Amino acid sequence: MKNKPQGRVLPEKIEGYGVVRPYGLSSVHTPEIKGKDPSGSSRKVLSSLEEAFRRSEIRDGMTVSFHHHLRDGDLVVNMALDVLAGMGIKDLILAPSALFPVHEDILRHVRSGTVRSIQGSVNGPVGRAASGGLFDVPIILRSHGGRVRAMETGELAVDVAVLAAPTVDEMGNVSGVYGPSACGSLGYAFADARYAKHVIAVTDNLVPYPAIPFSLPQTEVDWVVPVDRIGVPEKIVSGTLRITRDPLRLVIAEQVARVIEESGLFEDGFSMQAGAGGISLAASAFVRERMKARGITGSFISGGITGQSVEMLEEGLFTSLLDVQSFDLEAAASLARNPRHAEMGASFYASTASKGCVVDMLDVAVLGATQVDTSFNVNVNTESDGVLLHGIGGHMDTAAGSRLSVIVTPLLRGRMPMVVDHVHTITTPGETVDVVVTERGVAVNPRRKDLLENLRGKGIPLLDITDLKRMAEEMTGIPAPIPFGERIIGVVEYRDGSVIDVIRQRL
Amino acid sequence: MKDFTLRRTSLYIPGNNPGMLVNAAVFGADSVIFDLEDAIPLAEKDSARILVRNALRSLRYPGVEVTVRVNSLSTPFGRADFEEIVPLGPSAFRLPKCERAADLREADELITELEGRSKIPAGSVKIIPIIETALGGSNLLEIARSSDRIVALNYGAEDYTADLGAVRTREGRELDDIRARTVMAARIAGVQALDSVFTDVNDSEGLFAEVVRIRELGFDGKSVIHPRQVAVVHRAFTPSDREISFAQRVLKAMEEAAVKNSGVLSLDGRMVDAPVVAKARKILALAEAGRGVKKEGTRHEE
Repeated sequence: MKNKPQGRVLPEKIEGYGVVRPYGLSSVHTPEIKGKDPSGSSRKVLSSLEEAFRRSEIRDGMTVSFHHHLRDGDLVVNMALDVLAGMGIKDLILAPSALFPVHEDILRHVRSGTVRSIQGSVNGPVGRAASGGLFDVPIILRSHGGRVRAMETGELAVDVAVLAAPTVDEMGNVSGVYGPSACGSLGYAFADARYAKHVIAVTDNLVPYPAIPFSLPQTEVDWVVPVDRIGVPEKIVSGTLRITRDPLRLVIAEQVARVIEESGLFEDGFSMQAGAGGISLAASAFVRERMKARGITGSFISGGITGQSVEMLEEGLFTSLLDVQSFDLEAAASLARNPRHAEMGASFYASTASKGCVVDMLDVAVLGATQVDTSFNVNVNTESDGVLLHGIGGHMDTAAGSRLSVIVTPLLRGRMPMVVDHVHTITTPGETVDVVVTERGVAVNPRRKDLLENLRGKGIPLLDITDLKRMAEEMTGIPAPIPFGERIIGVVEYRDGSVIDVIRQRL
Repeated sequence: MKDFTLRRTSLYIPGNNPGMLVNAAVFGADSVIFDLEDAIPLAEKDSARILVRNALRSLRYPGVEVTVRVNSLSTPFGRADFEEIVPLGPSAFRLPKCERAADLREADELITELEGRSKIPAGSVKIIPIIETALGGSNLLEIARSSDRIVALNYGAEDYTADLGAVRTREGRELDDIRARTVMAARIAGVQALDSVFTDVNDSEGLFAEVVRIRELGFDGKSVIHPRQVAVVHRAFTPSDREISFAQRVLKAMEEAAVKNSGVLSLDGRMVDAPVVAKARKILALAEAGRGVKKEGTRHEE
């Protein structure tokens, strides 16, 4: 019988082929499609998140991941944690790609023991609580590139990914472009879908099969759970992001544009990433004017995409957009209609474990800072009071990859100096930072003599970084040292998985 | 001219706004005006005066002329403004609502007294009168000549046209007369002529066109109410390549004439006399400022 499936006589072994595994008799015999039952309806669609967790074999101590594309409008993280708490699950490790103020609920679940630690990113209230010593084990902070790299190497093994799905079909093809909670790109969820052992798509827009176009394929999604609402639209994507009117930020933005223009990189094929922060958005606007004036056609804008990026694409100033997250409605709409506007996953964007990522092709990255020091190290994690408040985002990834990394910061925020002797936390190492732009002067990393030569004599107020520091301290005085404890509450991983700094408890 | 301070832009900074006071030097304006007058609500006159005093005392403003618009001496606040600010040695006061020479003489005497008391060089604090009424307009020349401290004349378009009962237009036709009189009085007195503000901060094109026109009329600068206006005004004040090359040739011809020790100088068959040389120098100074060379230089010294 063993070698007679369907009545055919098969040899046990074939020369030049190997051992024969006869059809229908093997233990891995699975002729039916996994997601479909005999009646023809999907087996993936479940009636509750609790059932999906049960089928995902959730247990105490497991790692659960989330993406942050619904930003401050996200309802899924809190919903999932409430369900897990109700199931009595303890000691979870959360692995979000980023958190927002809306996720303050996590603190309740930490106190009750449902959540033990966080790996990836924190923001606002959760970071502040971590600095106060809420978590028993340190939070691991990773960049967007670092997080996906850790998944690719197995350092971050996700048991269950709970993915907000603005649109999904019964087989689990997920799109972020349509639906009441549309968010545009789902770039940060690609790795979760691919590497998590179990993947749950939570949706408020279940559509007939197949959902085309899709970002996450059915081949990676185990369960689909329809719920009433996954997001609050007005908090997911903003309307048109306006260029700042803050005159100080405009002064900085103007200097950024001049630095870029004179950097030696401002020619056809130029590529940049600037993001949606006030200064960055304004700097992009000035770069846009200069590209028009000089007749330059760039190659791509990468990273977080805005309506302004879309306009620059449509004006022919750039030939493509590489979108890992869409910041506003215009960006989301463009992703849906324009083939030159491509969605990219975080690995493609920034992973050192990939076979080549976008940041390595970048000419210019414009990046923010909460502090910069005289060795050009940048802090984006802790505030001047030493409290952990921000994730890393793509900061260290783009700084390392780009040919020109531009750090923008006002010299003063309130009465605190932003250029200091030593940053509280090193997020991005000074050796990957090329220039610091403030409203009172521009400091070029001495390592970049070529850049300094290009910028000299162009009316750009060039200063030594130590002069910027001195200028700030003349106005603010030197702040008293922050009282830190011994206990480590956060570990800052560099994008390659090495540890670049630790964050200690704030006393 | 009594002084050659570049005043293409005079940027108003509300005296009750600490953030703006700290950052006043970074917007690229040639001169800043810390305002204690119209921008400050009555209830904040004291606190603004204290803030401005402390800013002048503790902050440095490299590469920028720092001036203060005080309240008129006819108000309850004027005298205290002078008493608090003179000891800190501002470059100049902007004196609002000037109508007669007597207004200026009164301020001059008070400043002289306060300079003496605070041991700062007599006459070091300058005055820029602001004409805001028909009466002031009719007394422009007498005002311009009323004090040696005066370095420039300025008029305030909003108050002036309100006093006249004129209608404000985008083109500013209602200001033709006061502009012509301001420039004329300034030239007779040997001081600068400064134009009033352009209020629509979103209309860069309108602002640029207006500055081109007032430069043609002879104005040396303009007050601005928003940092975004600074670059536009400076662009409009930057001489054309043709103007620059002519000015360079004038100065070269003058140097050659000096070497040859020849008294009368001509260029392209036209006589070059002192006013032409002075104008050439001014154009080259404006050209240099327009390239941002001045800013970089001063910041490096800093």
